[in-house]
Amino acid sequence: MIEARGLVKRYGSTMAVNDLSFTIRPGLVTGFLGPNGAGKTTTMRLILGLDAPTQGSVTVGGRGYRDLPAPMREVGALLDAKALHGGRRARDHLLCLAHSNGIPRRRVEEVLRIVGLEGVARRRAKGFSLGMSQRLGIASALLGDPAVLIFDEPVNGLDPDGILWVRTLMRGLAAEGRTVLVSSHLMSEMALTADHLLVIGKGRLIADTSVDEFVRSSSQQSVHVRSPQAAELAARCREAGATATGPDAGTGPDVIEITGMDSAEVGRLAAAHGIALSELIPVKASLEEAFMELTRESVEYQAAGVTP
Amino acid sequence: MTGATIASAGPDHRATFRAATFGDVLHSEWTKLRSVRSTFWALTATVVLGIGLGAAISAATAHGYAKSGAANKLSWDPTTLSLDGMAIASLAIAVLGVLGVSSEYSSGMIRTSLIAVPKRGRVLAAKSLVFAAVTFVVGEATSFTAFFVGQALISGHAPHAALGDPGVARAVVGTGLLLAALAVLSVAVGTLLRHPAAAIACMIAVLFVLPGIAQALPDSWRNPVTEFWPTLAGGQLTTVYHSAHTLQPWPGFGVMCLFTAIVYAIAWTLLDRRDA
Repeated sequence: MIEARGLVKRYGSTMAVNDLSFTIRPGLVTGFLGPNGAGKTTTMRLILGLDAPTQGSVTVGGRGYRDLPAPMREVGALLDAKALHGGRRARDHLLCLAHSNGIPRRRVEEVLRIVGLEGVARRRAKGFSLGMSQRLGIASALLGDPAVLIFDEPVNGLDPDGILWVRTLMRGLAAEGRTVLVSSHLMSEMALTADHLLVIGKGRLIADTSVDEFVRSSSQQSVHVRSPQAAELAARCREAGATATGPDAGTGPDVIEITGMDSAEVGRLAAAHGIALSELIPVKASLEEAFMELTRESVEYQAAGVTP
Repeated sequence: MTGATIASAGPDHRATFRAATFGDVLHSEWTKLRSVRSTFWALTATVVLGIGLGAAISAATAHGYAKSGAANKLSWDPTTLSLDGMAIASLAIAVLGVLGVSSEYSSGMIRTSLIAVPKRGRVLAAKSLVFAAVTFVVGEATSFTAFFVGQALISGHAPHAALGDPGVARAVVGTGLLLAALAVLSVAVGTLLRHPAAAIACMIAVLFVLPGIAQALPDSWRNPVTEFWPTLAGGQLTTVYHSAHTLQPWPGFGVMCLFTAIVYAIAWTLLDRRDA
């Protein structure tokens, strides 16, 4: 269980995190979603006591992170897979961390086996690919067999096989009753991995919802119609209270896009007015589009933005 | 991928917790120190420079003793001569100490370390203690060896010293002690400055550049510097002959320790307060 209350973090004049309140529950994978620069990593750093909040508080299992008596046994975290001494062998890296919390040596061998790195445990970490580093980072998070797990973009750099493995691991950890918080900027990945979503943009909470509900509410439907009498159909649809775009240069001379009506209704309307249809296609906005729609206002770095 | 699962995090799992102790952090820092190659090379450099340079300086100076002037003979200090290499060797210790922390900052390892041990003072204390202990052991072994090698090379050409002579044992033991104090100072400076290059430059300035500049100053400026500059004051513990405007051995070492303690306290405070 992770609880944040009115969390604020300001770096100079930049509001990295702005009045965040949320509860992350055990037994679920909670996806922490937002565009780059939204404050995901900062929030995780605040949870882990790396940064001190400007205002508000965040607790893990009811306590501030820095007050946990055995931190690694309660919280496992992977923030940055490359945040290690490259000259140290993988096994030694894990040993340093295990010793710091009094975790027995055999647990190091166990987690190496879980992440599939036992064959390269004697290699120095600087020779690791990003994917191998991610696995090593996940191994270090699992060392203390913790009840709460926090992963910042864990599938970065992984091949499809690795992504599937991480997804299965996260789901398995949550099924064991643990609290799992995973950040990502990819909605499609979260739709497959997470049960619950926290969406933030520009440091503010935009949505705190189950994945199912998010999918239901945001998969907006439209209908794509091609007809020799497109203009007439558009007019009929507007009369019926729907929104129709086209026909124009954007859609093409005989194409309209209709929202606010499903394909069956459009078909009935066309039949009633004797309008011939050559195409009638229901179009579902993808989750990715829904997410972009939701966070459009809060994207920190727009490719073609206005000057500040 | 392997289907190995990890135990459930139920209530009995949490009941088996024991709180992490300072001893655990010491164990961790010891593992960190011995699992990187730079430790081996820096300690090797300390031993080789300490013994080798000491031997070379002892032999060369002893051969010139007969022809040297009366003033030189009056301040003849064979103990210090045989330990002269340690001053250069101390640079290897300073660099290793500084890198122990600052390389964690440059690699990002510090975040992993502070997540594992969020009570940050423990990390600094354990790092300093482990490194100071290792330095002390290596420093004493090196300084005793350098002393015996140096005296063997001096004897026959010039008066040489024995461990039983007044002040000699204190100077030889003091060399290892001073090195251990320097180890703590460099860990603190590494924590304070965080950037490896800046921290190493700072230690070189403290050890060599500022004392060197002082030599070029007029007496009225130079004397207080040679008397109270921490590393020069601390160095009095390692010499048998004391020239004018220097502190006595133990007060001198006290100045070095006080300086180290002040830097350490600032480093501790900043480590605790700064975002990592």
